Amino acid sequence: MKIAVCIKRVPDMEMRFSIATDRTSLDQTGMKYEMGDFDGYALEVGLQLAEKHGPGEVVVVSLGPDGVQEILRKGLAMGATRAVQLKVDHVPFDGLAIASALAEELRSGGYDLILFGRMATDTANGTVGAMTAELLDLPCVTGISQLELADGSGTARRDLEGASESVEFPLPAVLTIDEGIARPRLASLKGIMAAKKKPLETRPAQLGPASLIVQRMELPADRPPGRIIGEGADAVPELLRLLQTEAKVL
Amino acid sequence: MSTFLAFAETRAGGLRKVAFEAVTAARQAADSTGGGEVHAVLLGAPGMAQHARALGRNGADLVYVVEHSGLERYNPEVYAATVSERIRSGQYRAAFFTASAEGRDLAPRVAARLRVSIASDVTEFEVQNDAVIAQHPGYTGKVNVTLKLTGSPALISLRPGFVTPAEQPRGARVETLEPAIDPAAARVKVTELTQRSTTKLDLGEASIIVSGGRGLRAAENFKLVEDLAAAIGNAAVGATRAVTDDGWRPATDQIGQTGRLVSPDLYIAVGISGAIQHLAGMRTAKTIVAINKDKDAPIFKIADYGIVGDLFEIVPRLTDEMKKVRSHG
Repeated sequence: MKIAVCIKRVPDMEMRFSIATDRTSLDQTGMKYEMGDFDGYALEVGLQLAEKHGPGEVVVVSLGPDGVQEILRKGLAMGATRAVQLKVDHVPFDGLAIASALAEELRSGGYDLILFGRMATDTANGTVGAMTAELLDLPCVTGISQLELADGSGTARRDLEGASESVEFPLPAVLTIDEGIARPRLASLKGIMAAKKKPLETRPAQLGPASLIVQRMELPADRPPGRIIGEGADAVPELLRLLQTEAKVL
Repeated sequence: MSTFLAFAETRAGGLRKVAFEAVTAARQAADSTGGGEVHAVLLGAPGMAQHARALGRNGADLVYVVEHSGLERYNPEVYAATVSERIRSGQYRAAFFTASAEGRDLAPRVAARLRVSIASDVTEFEVQNDAVIAQHPGYTGKVNVTLKLTGSPALISLRPGFVTPAEQPRGARVETLEPAIDPAAARVKVTELTQRSTTKLDLGEASIIVSGGRGLRAAENFKLVEDLAAAIGNAAVGATRAVTDDGWRPATDQIGQTGRLVSPDLYIAVGISGAIQHLAGMRTAKTIVAINKDKDAPIFKIADYGIVGDLFEIVPRLTDEMKKVRSHG
């Protein structure tokens, strides 16, 4: 079974962000990065499937500047077979521009499955997986929380608002992975050592044209500082009074 | 004058609230650019056409109805082919979807088929002469991104709950369309739809959310949270990632960076310390109440109203008092 997992390098969301002087990007000074949350789940799913339905190959693919090699090495340390960097100095915001580059890379790869996280935690668009599937004309199921594969086809469950649906699809297919399906493994020391010898190829990304452009980035206004109105159950009447007369939400 | 399209989402034979939101947004866009027509697309099993009139209330001039016995449930490939074909033949300035689970699946497929970009999870928008400007919360709500869509048609998926459906009656004349591909030929098939609970309010649609964290100490103590939500009446119950990871609550209840992003009018955090991961999912709530025993917990830094103390005393009292308020209300 041959599986590609597309992963994105995103800023560590615990950081305090500031806006760069161009006002359309984040200040990169001291920025720490990590693999996107959902991409970690996708990689774990890929590794487990390869183990279960092996022998197999798991290829991690990331589009971005050389800094993405760090998360590709992490993917290799977790167990991926090889890695591909689609090199570009600046990752566009436009999902279609990115999907075009990924589709170019993946088209001739002979993959049984192409996995994505359901969205990148930074740009929070959640469009690249389904777009790549369309450009490749492959069946696609998005935001899945359960997955079973059998003999050239699969069944997935996806959560909706207040409901869930069961979805059947043939392979090859593109799947985007939601949280809760599998907890990403930690790389072992042995894995980290082995990753250094695994192949990591770099080639230029064939980005599509972008027509979704960042015009401005701003930090939202800070919430007013928190206010503790009292201690213990005796503060409850005051809370209700404030909710009714000040916040007017009851 | 430009024409705008809205995708009207349905489930189990009925329209969803987000359908009215999409039509309302399209009406706003049309009215802001000279009062052009709004068209809606409605797909489903036979009988769907009866809902067209309801879309007229929010400003649809024309409703394209696609009825087929094979469309009892969502069919991503038929929907994507049919909606993109309609957009292609319609000269639309923009098409509106919502960033619901179904909309997030459908909209990027349509965009890719049309080779245009899409602005996702949009909270505000403005149609200009040569572009559509859209506000999009990114970086787990920590950065407001203003996006410019230069292509035409511009595709937009709206964050659910950010457009208030408004009455703007229009004719809603009906035209029927055939599915662009035979539903039986679709590769991806939704074989089953399971409603989790018909009585439970969805987190994304609730104006009040009561949410519980590790401070509740055990799964069974979530009853305190549920009782409070029941006393309020129209409240949904959420949880932190720590709680869903421990299996106290289903994963679908998780509010946070990797769970649901919510913006209710009132968010009551019970026994929640306020990890960044959680704050990412609820920091845009209008009013935040926190109940926690640790006065230094980060949740108190963003809570409009905090009460420090033992939640096992405070929450039952709040439930009692809330019942009185609601019965007089």
